[in-house]
Amino acid sequence: MSHPLLSVDELRVTIGGQPVVDGISFDIAQGEILSLVGESGCGKSMTAFSVMGLLPRAARLSGGRVMLDGTELSALTETELQALRGNELAMIFQEPVASLNPLMKIGRQIEESLIVHRGLEGREARRAAIDMLAEVGIPEPEIRAGQYPFELSGGMCQRAMIAMALICRPRLLIADEPTTALDVTIQAQILDLMKKLRDETGTAILLITHDMGVVAEMADRVAVMYAGRVIETAPVDALFARQEHPYTRLLLKTIPRLDGEPKETLPVIEGLVPDIGQWPEGCRFSPRCPLANDACRKAVPPLASRRDIGSTACWHAEQVGAI
Amino acid sequence: MVEPLLSVSDLKVHYPIRGGLFGRPVGYVKAVDGIDISIAPGESVALVGESGCGKSTLGAAILGMTRPTAGEIRFDGKPVIHGEASRARNLSRDIQIVFQDPASALNPKLSIGESIAEPLAIHGVGTAAERKTRVEELLGLVGLHAGHATRKPNAFSGGQRQRIVIARALALNPKLLILDEPVSALDVSIRSQILNLLLDLQKHFGLSYLFISHDLSVVRHFADRVAVMYLGHIVETGATQDVFANPVHPYTEALLSAVPLPDPMAQRTRRRIILKGDLPSPANPPKGCKFVTRCPLAQSVCHERQPELRRVAHAHASACHLRA
Repeated sequence: MSHPLLSVDELRVTIGGQPVVDGISFDIAQGEILSLVGESGCGKSMTAFSVMGLLPRAARLSGGRVMLDGTELSALTETELQALRGNELAMIFQEPVASLNPLMKIGRQIEESLIVHRGLEGREARRAAIDMLAEVGIPEPEIRAGQYPFELSGGMCQRAMIAMALICRPRLLIADEPTTALDVTIQAQILDLMKKLRDETGTAILLITHDMGVVAEMADRVAVMYAGRVIETAPVDALFARQEHPYTRLLLKTIPRLDGEPKETLPVIEGLVPDIGQWPEGCRFSPRCPLANDACRKAVPPLASRRDIGSTACWHAEQVGAI
Repeated sequence: MVEPLLSVSDLKVHYPIRGGLFGRPVGYVKAVDGIDISIAPGESVALVGESGCGKSTLGAAILGMTRPTAGEIRFDGKPVIHGEASRARNLSRDIQIVFQDPASALNPKLSIGESIAEPLAIHGVGTAAERKTRVEELLGLVGLHAGHATRKPNAFSGGQRQRIVIARALALNPKLLILDEPVSALDVSIRSQILNLLLDLQKHFGLSYLFISHDLSVVRHFADRVAVMYLGHIVETGATQDVFANPVHPYTEALLSAVPLPDPMAQRTRRRIILKGDLPSPANPPKGCKFVTRCPLAQSVCHERQPELRRVAHAHASACHLRA
């Protein structure tokens, strides 16, 4: 395998001294879709913001490295990062309407990165922006380019944001819950569009989501996070076929399925997602885990390689299938 | 047949769009436009649809929170009259609602015990001491401890807050609960706890549920019958099993195929229908069949006349000109 496009190594982020991302590592190859899955507070969005160099002011990158194709992003200055953002690196967010500038016409917002990064001018940039809007499936792109975000529906705004993110053909797109705020039929359109663009442009995607259905639909590989750490990684088929971490296994079992037995009592994960700063000693899932014993409560299980295709952080990985 | 607990017939809720110099209505948003639905005692009926389809407006009309433009709602054999304060009060003993976001559904300044006791106090049920006992009992029912009663909502997680909201909704022993996206705002690992709780409570008390949701996997798990809504109309209705196994309306079919399955193999091989375009604005719906702008099968008749809901199988009806 050639060297990865993005490589995150032992990344640590703290907010007010409390760790929120606690030493996570993963790679993404060119053209690959890696899905980062987890529940609220697990650190998945902070991980994305660290890669973009867009951590909120209160948060601090306290350790680790982020490498994009050999360049250490975490060592760049703000100016150097700005040259990359919107160019080699792009991001789309959950709330498309809130993430667009309400006072700027759609077309203008898309042109901006072409003007900044590619030095294109007026008419040329406008033409490219309209083409891009058409490419993401917006009907009547000439008219839409001249409209403001409030004149577009949520799904259209998300398409406009994707157009904005992809106009400079980034090598890595970070998508943070890109369809969570959208209706199911619109979600299907957007997921389809993202896949198509990946196939055509070879853009790698870091897809952050809590929806296992979206993971199954989109991902090549999956990294599951819990309480600031990656607890399991595997290619998508292997992960859904066999989970080696109790959290992943239970998470998949608790979801009601379209082909399941109706009204049956669903399996539950006991207890609560621990709050940031309240993470338990040892394995952080141990208070909720049916397999936990004293060893789990004392020592943190390392993320160990599993059958050469992925890795798991569990002392009892071989017993997980029995849950 | 069992007498339905709730029956809604030809219900319309139209909101005026005001404009011009004197704020006269210049048009109407037909949020709910001629809907029939009934719920038997102990039954769960799900309303499914995307944003703007009118599912929450229908819920609000049943609760008496919004005044219908036309049509009738009967509860327990008696007509529900809107706007008449005393009536609305009587009704609120029997019909309660659980909202999507438990964080905004609880008063942050009240202890959760006070919140749960509030409906009892409003309806003058029991003495203060009796209410306290009832609160403790309710907390136990939803899987919390009596000792929690004095804490404020911010001491609880999202899932626990939803339990508190459910306890409050049960305080007056209602017959019907309207569940408006009750698990959508919760973490995935917490959702099954709440769904199990709701199913247990239903078994225990014979509650009827009107379950409003866009999450089809949850609906499939939860509901006995389902009504699929699109722009203020029911386009398909029937037993959940039948509708999910044999969807007739092209919208239902597309909606079901759009749900990403948590199974990558199945996902790759299944036939997916990706609808073109957006939901039309409810203020400016198309003529004829409301789904015509996005329907892959649409023919000229669909642009002209609105299809009626017609029976396609036993207790399964669909509103489509082409498939019946």
